[in-house]
Amino acid sequence: MLSFLIRRILQTIPTVLAVVLLVFALFSVVPGSIVSTMSDDGDPQVEARMKTQLGLDQPVYVRFGSYIANLATGDFGTSFRTREPVTTMIAKRTGPTLQLIFAAMAFAIVIGVPLGFISALRPGSIVDTAAMVVAVSGLSMAKFWLGLLLMYLFALKLGWLPSFGYGDGGLKYLILPAMTLGVSPMALLARTTRAAVLEIMTADFVRTARSKGMSETRVVKWHVTRNALVLILTTTGLQFGALMGQAVVVEKLFSWPGIGSLLVDSVLQRDIPAVQGSILVVVLFFLAVNLLIDLLYGVIDPRIRYA
Amino acid sequence: MLKTIAIVASLGLALSVTAEAQTPRKGGTIRMTAPYGSSFTSMDIHTTQRAQDEIYAKALHRSLYIWNSAEGRPVLELAKEDTVSDGGLVHTFKLRDDAYFHNGRKMTADDIIWSYTRIMDGSKAYPGARFVRIIEGAAAVEKGQAKDISGLKKIDDFTLEMKLTEKVDPGFYFFTALTSIYPADEGGKESFLQKPIGLGPFRFVEHVPGSRVVLERWDRFYKPGKPYADKIIVSVMGEAAARDIAFRNKEIDTSVLGPAQYVAYQADPDLKGTIVEVAEVFTRYMGMNPAFKPFADKRVRQAINYAIDTDLIINKLVKGKAYRATSWLPLTSPLYDKTMKPYPYDPAKAKQLLADAGYPAGFEFEWTTSQNESWGLPIVTAVIPMLDKVGIKVKVKQVETAVLAEVIRTGDYQAFIYSQQSGPDPQSALKCFHSSTPQSACNYMNFKNTAFDKLIDESGQTDDAAKRGQLLQQANALLYDEAPVWFFNYNKAVMAVQPWLKGIQLNPTELTHQNVEDLWVDETSPAK
Repeated sequence: MLSFLIRRILQTIPTVLAVVLLVFALFSVVPGSIVSTMSDDGDPQVEARMKTQLGLDQPVYVRFGSYIANLATGDFGTSFRTREPVTTMIAKRTGPTLQLIFAAMAFAIVIGVPLGFISALRPGSIVDTAAMVVAVSGLSMAKFWLGLLLMYLFALKLGWLPSFGYGDGGLKYLILPAMTLGVSPMALLARTTRAAVLEIMTADFVRTARSKGMSETRVVKWHVTRNALVLILTTTGLQFGALMGQAVVVEKLFSWPGIGSLLVDSVLQRDIPAVQGSILVVVLFFLAVNLLIDLLYGVIDPRIRYA
Repeated sequence: MLKTIAIVASLGLALSVTAEAQTPRKGGTIRMTAPYGSSFTSMDIHTTQRAQDEIYAKALHRSLYIWNSAEGRPVLELAKEDTVSDGGLVHTFKLRDDAYFHNGRKMTADDIIWSYTRIMDGSKAYPGARFVRIIEGAAAVEKGQAKDISGLKKIDDFTLEMKLTEKVDPGFYFFTALTSIYPADEGGKESFLQKPIGLGPFRFVEHVPGSRVVLERWDRFYKPGKPYADKIIVSVMGEAAARDIAFRNKEIDTSVLGPAQYVAYQADPDLKGTIVEVAEVFTRYMGMNPAFKPFADKRVRQAINYAIDTDLIINKLVKGKAYRATSWLPLTSPLYDKTMKPYPYDPAKAKQLLADAGYPAGFEFEWTTSQNESWGLPIVTAVIPMLDKVGIKVKVKQVETAVLAEVIRTGDYQAFIYSQQSGPDPQSALKCFHSSTPQSACNYMNFKNTAFDKLIDESGQTDDAAKRGQLLQQANALLYDEAPVWFFNYNKAVMAVQPWLKGIQLNPTELTHQNVEDLWVDETSPAK
């Protein structure tokens, strides 16, 4: 397992480098430079000093090289706009984003997986139809619109929850953004679980278990659930990573202090170090979650080896 | 037009009367919103020129001057007296001796000199440099040719001499938070970013990036009895729909309204009374590049002004959330010419002018635009069929706002649509069109006109304020005739204010920028 872990970690290095290179290259060619947006009258002397100060007077490959070298020491650079170290900026925002993503995923798992099971155990029933209508709606609904609906209902009409903000980071501020973010993975999990369970229910080993006189509860608990978990876990892992990117819209809508709002503002202001740092964190998170999922496969199903 | 001026004036009057009729209440929390983005750029206000950041900075910091909305001009804030000598170039400020930073230290002339010198560090490109540059020797510091600003001299701890390069009112240059005064011994430290220290009526408590800034009353603020509120929370709320729900839910005290919400609030009897509006000093326009042959001819530029039904666009598309522009100087400018009439919608005249200019069949041009709902793609889309009617075809080039700014400054366009500051100082607003002003600074249409230059030069030399006003009004009229732009509108800033928040000022430089020490909340506010 240890060698598997080391191998997987080493495999992430080319992925990270590719992402860094891509972002670097993109921001070298997109129109709109930080120097011209910051310098108010385009004085060439002032712009030249700024370029030197920001290191933009160097060729792209030199800048890329020094960025990679700094990255290796954990230095993400300094924000062009705020002059703050990017690591400090990201550190302030990582906690709330993770808090939001974990809450959204918890919501998705707690609602989506049981919903998928119930639907699969009673296929074609009213419960199944209703659950799948909810799932399809959840998948197709825009997060922005859903968030507004939830705000309207739970804040304005019912007065149960605040409509926006981080407050003290407490649960009442977290519920609406987490629900908004969690509805889509909840719907996907419900559909995936239903499909997995339906398929397993018709498998030979399930028929054998039934023919041996095993009760339906035991069949579902010991054979169906265990086998369906691999697929559910894969979906969960992929969704976990994807939520990091989707959180941008929800954070902005609910004034939630996460990496998303930092990324959006940094892109608009051409703050390249902040953009690179934010994207890198998103990518690292995605890779870490998927590595964790790979490790969990072995725990759930011992037949899966780390070879 | 007179009607709209009357409405603005009566609104202002009504607000001030209401404020005067009640005794300000001490205590409570003011909950403002920052609507222009997903976060504040920085807690170092010298580094950012976004209107968003100045909202919190108005509570935390102070500059040499402050904008007085009632008087419609900047007034002294950190100084008690300004003596002018040497033909209007040298200003001697008697500074306040009762202004304390939030770390308890008294402000002196050294802090002002340190702050202005910091702003002129050219390698950092602090946006306030464009104001401080008016001090003699500041440009040399910016270019790295000098360490100190030669035009700033400390006479004693509370007397500062400032020599300017031009005969201007320094108030217009030193009233925004971009030129805030920092404590010299603290402002350069890294910890300042985490816990900024200012001279404002509220001191820093916390910044939750992407969410809010919280400030609490500074008891040693120099204005007796002020501020009234105990606390101010400025929440970042970039989404208009989310702000709308929060406002209706009484979770926030102020909300900037867009065109659609403006209409909805006007139609709602419960919300109609919450609306305050002011003509901000921004002119929206389509700039035309004289290097593109057809636009070199004044008649073509005038034809475009005649060909567009501007009132229709303002009423239907902008939902009345703008004032029709006549020339460059906006409605709230002290030199706005009420007698001037905007170009009427007259396609026949437009066609005639085009024919006279040698374009009877029209021509085609490329129009660069952002997606902005008030001065971007939706407006361009509405104008295209109007221009088509007189034979002018338009090719749209859509870019991001940051890119648009660069395109404009480099002159890489045939036409563009934009919103540009046109006040509060009429002299500096019109100087943008002086031939000596670089295109990259603010002469975006690369306008060159000898008669116009003469008027601006004369206005800068005269000591007679009335004569200066006349000259600048003539320059504004000349711009109208030369039509370097399609004069579209002056922004009507609209904000909804909860009934318990009192003392809102109709600030034409930016409505969200409030002198917060004058705001107070009555006992009906849900925030304790």
